[in-house]
Amino acid sequence: MTGAEVLVRALIRHGVDTVFAYPGGASMPIHQALVRHSDRIRTVLPRHEQGGAFAAEGYARATGKPGVVVSTSGPGATNLVTGIADAKMDSVPLIAITGQVPTSVIGTDAFQETPTVEVCRAITKHHYLVTRAEDLTRVVKEAFYVATTGRPGPVLIDVPKDVQLTAVVPDWDPPMNLPGYNPYREASSRDIRRIAEAIRRARRPIIYAGGGIISSGASPDLLEFVEKTRIPVALTLMGLGAVPGTHYLCLGLLGMHGSVYANYAINEADLILAFGVRFDDRVTGKLSEFAKHAVIVHVDIDPSEIHKNKPAHIGVVSDVKFVLQELNKIVQPGDYTDWLRQIDQWREAEPLKFEDRQDCIMPQAVVRELWELTKGEKTIISVGVGQHQMWVAQHYKFMKPRTWLSSSGLGAMGFGLPAAIGAQVAKPDHLVIDVDGDGSFLMNVQELATAFCEKLPVKVIILNNQHLGMVVQWEDRFFEGRRAHTYLGPIDRPEAVGKGGAQIEEPYPDFVRIANGFGIPARQIVRRDQLRPALEEMLSHPGPYLVDVLVPYQEHVLPMIPSGATVRDIITE
Amino acid sequence: MDDLFPEQTVRKTGRHVISALVQNQPGVLAHIAGMLASRGFNIDSLAVGETENPELSRMTFVVFGDDRTLDQVRKQLEKIVTVVRVQDISSEDYVERDLMLIRVTCPPERRSEICELVGIFRGKVVDVGRTDLMIEISGTEKKVEAFIELMRPYGIKELVRSGRIALVRSSSQRSSGSESHTP
Repeated sequence: MTGAEVLVRALIRHGVDTVFAYPGGASMPIHQALVRHSDRIRTVLPRHEQGGAFAAEGYARATGKPGVVVSTSGPGATNLVTGIADAKMDSVPLIAITGQVPTSVIGTDAFQETPTVEVCRAITKHHYLVTRAEDLTRVVKEAFYVATTGRPGPVLIDVPKDVQLTAVVPDWDPPMNLPGYNPYREASSRDIRRIAEAIRRARRPIIYAGGGIISSGASPDLLEFVEKTRIPVALTLMGLGAVPGTHYLCLGLLGMHGSVYANYAINEADLILAFGVRFDDRVTGKLSEFAKHAVIVHVDIDPSEIHKNKPAHIGVVSDVKFVLQELNKIVQPGDYTDWLRQIDQWREAEPLKFEDRQDCIMPQAVVRELWELTKGEKTIISVGVGQHQMWVAQHYKFMKPRTWLSSSGLGAMGFGLPAAIGAQVAKPDHLVIDVDGDGSFLMNVQELATAFCEKLPVKVIILNNQHLGMVVQWEDRFFEGRRAHTYLGPIDRPEAVGKGGAQIEEPYPDFVRIANGFGIPARQIVRRDQLRPALEEMLSHPGPYLVDVLVPYQEHVLPMIPSGATVRDIITE
Repeated sequence: MDDLFPEQTVRKTGRHVISALVQNQPGVLAHIAGMLASRGFNIDSLAVGETENPELSRMTFVVFGDDRTLDQVRKQLEKIVTVVRVQDISSEDYVERDLMLIRVTCPPERRSEICELVGIFRGKVVDVGRTDLMIEISGTEKKVEAFIELMRPYGIKELVRSGRIALVRSSSQRSSGSESHTP
């Protein structure tokens, strides 16, 4: 049995039903083996390795199972880099398998040789260069174990071509050699008592919950905790869906573009229960001012997150699910009447708002309409990066974990479409919609071919404002509105120097014709009254479908706490 | 409420000796060095070598920073999968050594004078040239540096140091007090 055969069979033995794989010289034996096992493992051919990596991430984020991406050596491997870095930042279990030049020529600058492990060292949770075919089964076993346990993350397996071709008798269940890896962490009973005591003493507690809740499958436990204690919960971008977005005690997104009331509540709280979060700068703003008066309880499975950005009064290294289950056994409902009334007042005074104009289509209106049309359905939404991403985070109500796919920590444009494709492969019975920006969408537009050719009925909504909207917003706020390469149309148009009119004329490129060229039906809309019929048409179409929505580029994402500032500096108009 | 939060510590800046047992695999040193560099940690000294177990190597770092920096260095090291164990040796009773080879200018008429100093420092002359000597000295950083200062007037031609290595004393000996500073 060849190394490539062993590798593919090992993947199947680890429960892999799909790989996203783009072939090349150094990975051909793997593809030959994949074809032999096509009855048990689906190989989706992306149109760019970055698309493959994001699709594998979409698969992983939608299911919790590790996503698998395969590429060839050299450029194939370097094209995976953004996806691997993204998986690292957002703690997504990803197995990246790269072909490598034969061991005999490694280090000679051979054709399509890059030192992939060297390149990826800092952006993987772990990495392997397999130099002996006998090691393959152990390496795959370890890779899946490391990728999925503790704080999940990407693992790279670099396999030279001669290793793929070497005949070997595999040991299917070899012992792992990971003496330094101990991912299972559970809080002590003393820690649990300390947290419970801090809760008992608090008058204005709040939960600050993030991706760790979703990674550990603790959403039901968090909801139970919230309902038992009546403590309100604010969510990070990675945490959306951890509790139902429509729940009374869910304050939605916090941080830079979080609601005013969520940020006020964090600021005024006397106890912050930080569960599965990392005090990212987009959440905290100026660290020394963040939650200045609160006692901070920080629970995370990664010891290095405790005290990293913000020192915690009670720092607990543990699976957050375990902590919530233990707390749920002992916590009592608190009397937070005054606190919740105060939050209600903030919520009424400063709700998330926008002007739903009738003379054009406001981007937020698209998200609200989409929510109305899909709220009862099994829906998964993916996004790119920028204004549209924030508008979806603010205005779509995610009811369940793993229904919101966003490149949150890395902020990688071009994530939306391939992630939607990966999620659609994993969840054929779900409605999967990529709500994208025109800039982000164009970065992996070639994946329309994957959607069409692999018969994946993903929907695409482009909130098309012809600009890099978030950068434009910062130009408007912090650079006197000077346009610096943020207009995406031809350079001789007045918009390129910030002298455009209110209306978008002759939008560029023609996304409808692009989609049609890929075999995908599409329509463009500009008037408010076209919005709902267009979305309905999209939703009722059985295959992939694209709606290009022209939206005003003057619109800003609000509220906004400027980078490095505090809640007192919040901009609301 | 103070009883609830004993973890809050005062930030003290100082020098720490960290010892890490790592899997003896290609790339581990590059991984650790890259992590320390990319996170902006300052390493004064780094020494690597095999241990009694051929599958493990020991790395000894000297890090300068406050308690929080040190805490992060330790945790980030522990997070690397091939790192088996990390110890802040300087929080315990330990022995540290630095090995130096130094070549100093030494005309024949000064040989006995220098050899006397080498003897006081319990060093060894390991090579004798017509106009220079190579000397091996091991000991604590202070001792090695004191010897360098003594040699300066003679003229130092070349020197190399191994970087700090350190081990914690066994617990039975711990009561016997701190490390002897006799040269």
